[in-house]
Amino acid sequence: MHKKRLVSLIAVASVTALILAGCSSGSDSASDGGVPKVDMMKELGAGEGQVNVVAWAGYVENGSTDPNVDWVSGFEKETGCKVNVKNGATSDDMVALMKTGEYDVVSASGDASLRLIYGGDVAPVNTDLIPNYADIFENLKMQQWNSVDGVAYGIPHGRGANLLAYRTDIVKPAPTSWASVFDVNSPYKGKITAYDSPIYIADAALYLMETNPELGITYPYALDQTQFDAAVEVLKAQKPLIGEYWGDYLKHVASLKSGGTVLGTTWQVNINLAKGEGSKVEGIKPVEGSTGWSDTWMVGSKAKNPNCAYMWMNHIASPAANAGVAEWFGEAPSNAKSCDLTADKNHCATFHAADDAYWADVYYWNTATEACLDGRTDVKCVPYAEWVKAWSSLRNS
Amino acid sequence: MLNSLSNYFHKKQRLRLVALLTTPVLWLVVAYLGALAMLLVTAFFTIDNFTGNVIQEFNLGNFQDMLTDAAYKNVVLRTLGIAISVTFLCSVLAIPMAFYMAKIARPHSQKILVALVLTPLWASYLVKIYAWRTMLEPGSGVLDWLLAPIGIHSPGFGGPAIIIGLSYLWLPYMILPIYAGLERLPNNLLDASGDLGAHNFYTFRKVILPLIFPSLVAGSMFTFSLSLGDYITAQIIGGKLQMLGNVVYQNFSINLPFAATIAMIPVSIMALYLYLVRRTGALASM
Repeated sequence: MHKKRLVSLIAVASVTALILAGCSSGSDSASDGGVPKVDMMKELGAGEGQVNVVAWAGYVENGSTDPNVDWVSGFEKETGCKVNVKNGATSDDMVALMKTGEYDVVSASGDASLRLIYGGDVAPVNTDLIPNYADIFENLKMQQWNSVDGVAYGIPHGRGANLLAYRTDIVKPAPTSWASVFDVNSPYKGKITAYDSPIYIADAALYLMETNPELGITYPYALDQTQFDAAVEVLKAQKPLIGEYWGDYLKHVASLKSGGTVLGTTWQVNINLAKGEGSKVEGIKPVEGSTGWSDTWMVGSKAKNPNCAYMWMNHIASPAANAGVAEWFGEAPSNAKSCDLTADKNHCATFHAADDAYWADVYYWNTATEACLDGRTDVKCVPYAEWVKAWSSLRNS
Repeated sequence: MLNSLSNYFHKKQRLRLVALLTTPVLWLVVAYLGALAMLLVTAFFTIDNFTGNVIQEFNLGNFQDMLTDAAYKNVVLRTLGIAISVTFLCSVLAIPMAFYMAKIARPHSQKILVALVLTPLWASYLVKIYAWRTMLEPGSGVLDWLLAPIGIHSPGFGGPAIIIGLSYLWLPYMILPIYAGLERLPNNLLDASGDLGAHNFYTFRKVILPLIFPSLVAGSMFTFSLSLGDYITAQIIGGKLQMLGNVVYQNFSINLPFAATIAMIPVSIMALYLYLVRRTGALASM
């Protein structure tokens, strides 16, 4: 190829790119700090025939994983809205998926919900159109992660703690503390796992709250530079112990089953799946407490199927569906009436659905911001974007 | 109607050329070079720290982050090492196989051998890598079970596993060009070399290797570039090891501009590689 022609080709390409860039420049940026104005739905119309859902694995089950676990088929028949689900592996995944505008509704954890609200990716939710909203536990409504300035941005879904999973036949004695996954002399070196997301830095911070009180960490999502660096150091020291970091829950379950992983952070649903496949796995909430999640169903600002999205949110908040998810995923339901409908009558007691004391040491995922979330004003905290960089650096070193 | 249309185009040569070339040129410029240019432009953008929305302002921060953090230097070197090892392993395996197929096997079995080399390409990439996961699984995997009696253990998940997996995946892309090159190589050259007293290895070094060098380069472009951009194999059998592709995958959802910056690395490496290949003259004789 002649040089001149190559140059002209590149010129044409860059002009094209500039035009494309000009076309796509977004107007809903919220860098000025406010919430972008997105209209709330006024009244419910007829269903559009389908709804595209971004959810955590285990939140939308139509019987294909386990024939007895199905709260989707009935909804599809009743409303005519076919449910298309896309599982997100991490909150970052979910934020990215919602930014595409191709999804109508999302089950966002606290470390995604505010980003979505301030990014203009989700719309305020008209709770009057969700009859089941009335039965949601009052102390889950209008919280810092699901509302802004008294405007609701979603329907509380349920909450749970990240657990410490261990193989009962291999890990002896049974662990009681997160120290077991950070101990550099662990006998299970190479068979420990950790969650593959920047949010896992909070797990190290939580551990430091107990083991290194001089650092003065009171809330694992509000870390000043010194505290943050200490948490990252803990994770660097932990890295040689790790066999695999997990993001894909199916691979994680397979590892627990094969014994490639014997110890590490997990969700209750993974333990249920591994147990279902005959694996000797248990999960505990360690003595230090745990990170966890309180999820919210939110509707996309560019939803193409808003009516079906509202119908879905109402359905998933209904006592029967909410009980189904809570029990399958292993979390506390958000609907007070769910507790009468769980197959295991003790489910709500086991998962402390209404037991506020239990949640005192569970720190729900949150998005770290420069303004410290624990109320300190004398220091700047490390914002989530820096968490992402630190995590990427740690994983690639 | 078709007939009159074809008559019309027959008369108007220039129009014919335009009609013929518009689609491929559009494809090349918009979809291919355009995407590459977008990548380059995006690499200079930044994101809103809180919402993750892309801010379209010229900014060199991504490049600064990439160059100052030693982790990214490591991941580049690691990825390069893996890509080179895979290419080397593929050539070492492919040359004898291709030689047997082209020169020793009978014409009838030649076709069967080519078909056999191609069969792995019929199965899905994921199926093959998950199969390797089962085989490499330390303790309970097939490799451990097979090799334990002779005292060898599975390498487990990590760098060696990635090299094995990728070599397995890309081997056909190396065998086929070399096979094609060897097929064009006249047998009498080998005979002549032998008649003049050259040993087999000497013939290989002085006659075969120079003549199949362009094929080797063609094959290496596949194995090298495919390895350079891969991330799924590392995800499934790489343990906690990450390659360049994983960095892009890890960042594209949270920090698209940074992912674009990282993605420029394999593009530059490939450009440099092609430039070096061009200087050897292998491209001209391909």
